[in-house]
Amino acid sequence: MMFVEPRAVTRWYHEWLAVLVALILTLLTASVLLAAIGLDPLSSLHRIFIKPLNSVYGISELLAKATPLITIGVALALGFRAGVWNIGAEGQLVMGGLCGGAVALAFWGIDGFWVMPLVLLGGTVGGLLWGAIPAFLKVRFNANEILVSLMLTYVAILLLSVMVHGPLRDPDGFNFPESRLFHDAATLPKLFSAGRGHLGFVFAIAFAIVGTWVVKRWHLGFEMRVTGLSASAAKFAGYSRDRTVWMALLIGGAISGFAGVVEVTGNIGQLVPTISPSYGFTAIIVAFLARLHPLAVIPAGLLVALSYLAGEAAQLSLGVPAASTQVFQGLLLFFLLGTSLFVNYRVRLGRVA
Amino acid sequence: MNLSESVAIAERLSASSKQCLGVRGLTKYFGDFPANVDVTLSVDQGEIHALLGENGAGKSTLVKMIYGILKPDVGSMELNSCPYTPDTPSDAKHAGVGMVFQHFAVFDALTVLDNIALGLDGRLPDVALADEITAVCERYRLHLELNRRVYDLSAGERQRVEIIRALMQDPRLLILDEPTSVLTPQETEQLFTTLDRLSDEGRSIIYISHKLDEVRALCDRATLMRAGHVVDVVDPRQESTRSLGEKMIGERLNETKRTKLPATEKLKARLTVRVGEVYPESSRSAVLRDIYLSVAPGSILGISGVSGNGQDTLFDVLSGELTLPNPDSLVLDGEPIAHLGIEQRRRRRLLGAPENRLGHAAVPDLTLWENVILTARQTRGILKNEHLISGTAAKAFAQEVIETFDVRTTSVNAKASSLSGGNLQKFLIGRELLGQPQVFIVSNPTWGVDAKAQLFIHQMLMDIADQGASIILLSQDIDELLSVTDRICAICHGRLSRTFATEDMTPEHLGALMLGQEIEA
Repeated sequence: MMFVEPRAVTRWYHEWLAVLVALILTLLTASVLLAAIGLDPLSSLHRIFIKPLNSVYGISELLAKATPLITIGVALALGFRAGVWNIGAEGQLVMGGLCGGAVALAFWGIDGFWVMPLVLLGGTVGGLLWGAIPAFLKVRFNANEILVSLMLTYVAILLLSVMVHGPLRDPDGFNFPESRLFHDAATLPKLFSAGRGHLGFVFAIAFAIVGTWVVKRWHLGFEMRVTGLSASAAKFAGYSRDRTVWMALLIGGAISGFAGVVEVTGNIGQLVPTISPSYGFTAIIVAFLARLHPLAVIPAGLLVALSYLAGEAAQLSLGVPAASTQVFQGLLLFFLLGTSLFVNYRVRLGRVA
Repeated sequence: MNLSESVAIAERLSASSKQCLGVRGLTKYFGDFPANVDVTLSVDQGEIHALLGENGAGKSTLVKMIYGILKPDVGSMELNSCPYTPDTPSDAKHAGVGMVFQHFAVFDALTVLDNIALGLDGRLPDVALADEITAVCERYRLHLELNRRVYDLSAGERQRVEIIRALMQDPRLLILDEPTSVLTPQETEQLFTTLDRLSDEGRSIIYISHKLDEVRALCDRATLMRAGHVVDVVDPRQESTRSLGEKMIGERLNETKRTKLPATEKLKARLTVRVGEVYPESSRSAVLRDIYLSVAPGSILGISGVSGNGQDTLFDVLSGELTLPNPDSLVLDGEPIAHLGIEQRRRRRLLGAPENRLGHAAVPDLTLWENVILTARQTRGILKNEHLISGTAAKAFAQEVIETFDVRTTSVNAKASSLSGGNLQKFLIGRELLGQPQVFIVSNPTWGVDAKAQLFIHQMLMDIADQGASIILLSQDIDELLSVTDRICAICHGRLSRTFATEDMTPEHLGALMLGQEIEA
């Protein structure tokens, strides 16, 4: 018989060993899947995971994809540490993109150094307000933030759709559901000559560093962490649960909104009905892959961004369906959750102790 | 000595010639940790045999092996002269061994009858079973109404459900794990009557406890354990409480002492509580009604009571976890504070140490220095500019607590959950005491703490009282209350009794107060 029992001692590297094992298992399973559809696993894996990174263009694309993942991943890591389950970062991102984009369109054609900060601020406030809704409902009525924030995501996506089909539609755009292209003063500069990597990546890295500092040194970060670990100890310490809920969702909303406006002004360049291939949801995987450490969100974000590129490469050069991206990500999350059990528990063979 | 006494002794002697349980060379390791090493135990028929030892001495491991929950690495057991190797508790039951656990395994929503039936293989809660149970109850004078639901029962009555469940199996050997920890003195006496009767019938009893007085009153022999080894087998009636305690701990105990007696009557009250009615946040706690109390500088007020009578709500009200709308309900040095939260009260040096150490007083997964930040962040520059945490200051504070209060741990980086109960409690009380409380509220500070740490903690409390602090001690431990406090009252169903001077109080009187007698509704 097999038994699972708590480990007497857990070491710091157990966490990262679990991540490594999850990565290896993901690659192994992917190989099996590739072999099952008649492809050579090794050369296929090389083509989809290594080859896309062989050029400046590839790296630039990777950074472009990693930017929203890292930015939102940091915000979610802070909130999840506090035990506040903001599943609606996607909706907050969309609202950030929508509000920021609306500001950009309102100042369309006007130049000035202040336009870009104003646009970014608009996006941040949009995300913040969208995050405030589940926070208010949780604090006031104890409504489950998982459900509320998740459902608000679909509201946000539909709202964006209404806006680009209606008021924000390009007047010269032949009735396509798109806004005008943002003018230069409302566009983030590119990092490289090729690809779509933009200044937003630098912001993302800055968030990760500030996030680490908040977790390590800032009392608020400690307060949120204690609340997440033990509600009654937090109460005894004099930390307010309501404050933690507000902070987690406002920070999560604001940063996700910022990621959204960065995505539309740095990457897309206009408002379209779909501005995110589920970055807000994928960032949940990123946060957990990083085991909720803000600095580790950077490599985790890059890795998951690679899974997007790999999915595209798989589609183009191997002819497998686009859903392969989700298959990669799903495998990764599955194994990550599976192996994380063994951080605190171990399997023992034998009889009941 | 009259005839009947000699006959009784002769009967005992003849009974004791026959061994019920023999344990030889039992060894059990958990990883590298030796929980039991070469343990030998012999229990005669009809004997009440005490198993004495501090927490972590290996008592529970030993009885778990006897009851088939754990399997020994090495060693053998004999029951009634036959080899005995139980693989499961069910084997143990069939062999005639019953056990009553410290934490009751009863279903709150079911009746007494249902609960007992569930413990018996293949029995339905029918009239026949009810009759059998009633017979057992009468025989051992265990009063229980079979149709009551368990959530209505007191701790003592729940224990009776467990005992009857064990007795229905007609055990030859009954193991009781700290049975009196939740009982009032009156309930304890009833339990002892039952146990004496069981012993007269020739049933053997293993009685685990660290209450030395009880063991001396009840038990024929005592096996003392320390760090997994059997250190001595003694006749507890030939020993003093003190000598037993010293054998159990392995060194001489210092007695606690107060350096000066507080002139309670002369001084003005420092903290006054006048509370009409407080509804607790969780429906499982009692509603507080008409709480009037006051405590003077340099004095220790004890509040006794059986667990679950509103102590947790009272603690929250005093500490500030639960604020009250009327500020005048609590007055500290003339200032109304009932509306102030726990952190604002801390700044006025009203500090507390709740009963539940892991998960309330401390976060188990955080290190000791991080746990310092929870309550001591306003001292020693741990929190700079209200926002930045200074790890260095917090570590220095934790180190000071460890050194001042003799906390045994690897370093300030140890997780709170890695400390033993006594050491963690010393750390947590020390954390507050370094903040120099004016009023200190502490709930069951020595629950699950070994005898040596217990004395240490009592001395800590007396010392700060001597320095002028006011202490409110909520406790279930009558010995603790009688030895530490200056004045004493009891809480029952959320109401306080009158307050008495501790020197005029007897355990019996206190027991009556704890059961709600003399409290006017």
